[in-house]
Amino acid sequence: MSWDYVSGILILSGINLMTVLGLSLLTGFTGLFSFGHAGFMAIGAYMASSMTMKYGIPFFIALLIGGVSAMLVSLVIGKLTLNLKGDYFCIATLGFGEATRLILDNVQYFGGARGLSSIPTQGTTTLFNVIIINIVAVFVLVSIIRSRHGRNMVAIREEELAAQTIGIDVFKYKMMALAISALYAGISGGLLAHYLGYIQPIMFKMVKSTELTIIVIFGGLGSVSGSVIGTILLTFLPEILRSFYNWRLVIYGAAVILIMITRPQGLMGGKEFSIKSIIKSAKKFINFVRQRIGNKKEEVKS
Amino acid sequence: MNVLSLNNVTKRFGGLTAVDNVSFHIEQGEIFGLIGPNGAGKTTIFNLITAIYSITEGEIYFNDKKLQRKKPYEIANMGVTRTFQNIRLFKKLTAYENVLTACHKSADYNIFSSIMRIGKFKLQERYLKNKTDGLLKLMGLWDYKDIVASNLPYGLQRKLEIARALALDPKLLLLDEPAAGMNPEETIQLMELIKEIRNKFDLTVLIIEHHMDLIMGVCDRIFVLNFGIPLALGTPKEIQENKKVIEAYLGKEEKTYAED
Repeated sequence: MSWDYVSGILILSGINLMTVLGLSLLTGFTGLFSFGHAGFMAIGAYMASSMTMKYGIPFFIALLIGGVSAMLVSLVIGKLTLNLKGDYFCIATLGFGEATRLILDNVQYFGGARGLSSIPTQGTTTLFNVIIINIVAVFVLVSIIRSRHGRNMVAIREEELAAQTIGIDVFKYKMMALAISALYAGISGGLLAHYLGYIQPIMFKMVKSTELTIIVIFGGLGSVSGSVIGTILLTFLPEILRSFYNWRLVIYGAAVILIMITRPQGLMGGKEFSIKSIIKSAKKFINFVRQRIGNKKEEVKS
Repeated sequence: MNVLSLNNVTKRFGGLTAVDNVSFHIEQGEIFGLIGPNGAGKTTIFNLITAIYSITEGEIYFNDKKLQRKKPYEIANMGVTRTFQNIRLFKKLTAYENVLTACHKSADYNIFSSIMRIGKFKLQERYLKNKTDGLLKLMGLWDYKDIVASNLPYGLQRKLEIARALALDPKLLLLDEPAAGMNPEETIQLMELIKEIRNKFDLTVLIIEHHMDLIMGVCDRIFVLNFGIPLALGTPKEIQENKKVIEAYLGKEEKTYAED
């Protein structure tokens, strides 16, 4: 395996991670399931690449414009659908994702079904840039989660009615979570466009949205580190399996199902990965081994 | 002064009249009991006050402000908060996090200062933590602060719900069967606790309860409801002697059996 190949997969992981982080806030912390985030990625991708290609705007500003336009669209969608109860929001996002793809398929300004090509890739989506953006994204996300705003979102996930009776404006916080997740997805779409050098509406199908939501659930709802680990694992897995081409998706599906059965709460199960928890589990393990050894010694003695 | 006034409040669910023309006024600092047999419409009245249901007819005033067409969170922000009959805690969070979340109104830093961790953020977060510590200690939950809410014993879950409600600095507290699932000893302790928090936080309390010991021991006045229809209003002593109330709870005397 050459370094170019590995760094390519790392960049793809980073791009996926951007959207997954946003989705983690929406699904894992606020409790809203979305099957249309590929739509926000598409908006970000098309906006950012037309900014760099047609108007020669610098890469980072173009990314931001892509992200903000996805966010603005999400505000409109949220205004219309977030008052819907339960699964209806999920269905509405599914519709939004597909509608976005079909609109892009038919708008000639954005190249229709052939999409946009020859997007500048030199010095834009490099591994370094992706890592920096992801670090900032994780930092922002964790800061929000560990403030009163994040706690209010978790309260909505846990018990919406009780959240209202302690004075939380449920609608506002759902909007906030949706807007932030759309911003992340938009930036991620911009990164993807500038990594591949071309984009087509077909890349942002429902399968993409579903894959992203699967990653969040796989990593564990309500865990940022779970999302990070889940993204890297599930981006690398299909690549490692490339040699058994025909069986690739079967194994991928089986791995996801296996995790769902053995750990229904996801890989991290709502817990965060930190140095403290590593030390704690290491201590537990050492104690466990000691007890085992002790028991065996006693057995030998008796 | 009346803290809460219900004027001819009626609630219909289709053809069923759950609450029929109910009026009462609660004064500042009072502990007011709301009793009645099962299905009398007590919890419906709570849901009407907190705007979870909308009123069919009539008006509810809180400190002379009309409560209609407000959202539940707006009513909570005005200072009316409640507990639930079927406990609604944030189940996967610890006792500490439950109360800390509810303290959010005591801080007003925006989302940007929470990202940058500057300005009011640190000061206000520290204040919220101190407030949470105080409330948990007051409610006797300090030893259980790191336990996940759904793993707490039933009685403590009810207490935690009260602690969470108090975190909002309410003016009117609605307790929906706070002693359900408690033994007599715990019920007496709860009775003392309710009086204590009333005095300490300068609260007005409205209680729904089936434990007559608690209701008679703690309430200043009691309102009795039967099948959504108001039956009686008075001091605990008056209610105990009221014939209509005894009839609603125990049924009419059947004279025909005596002849056999």
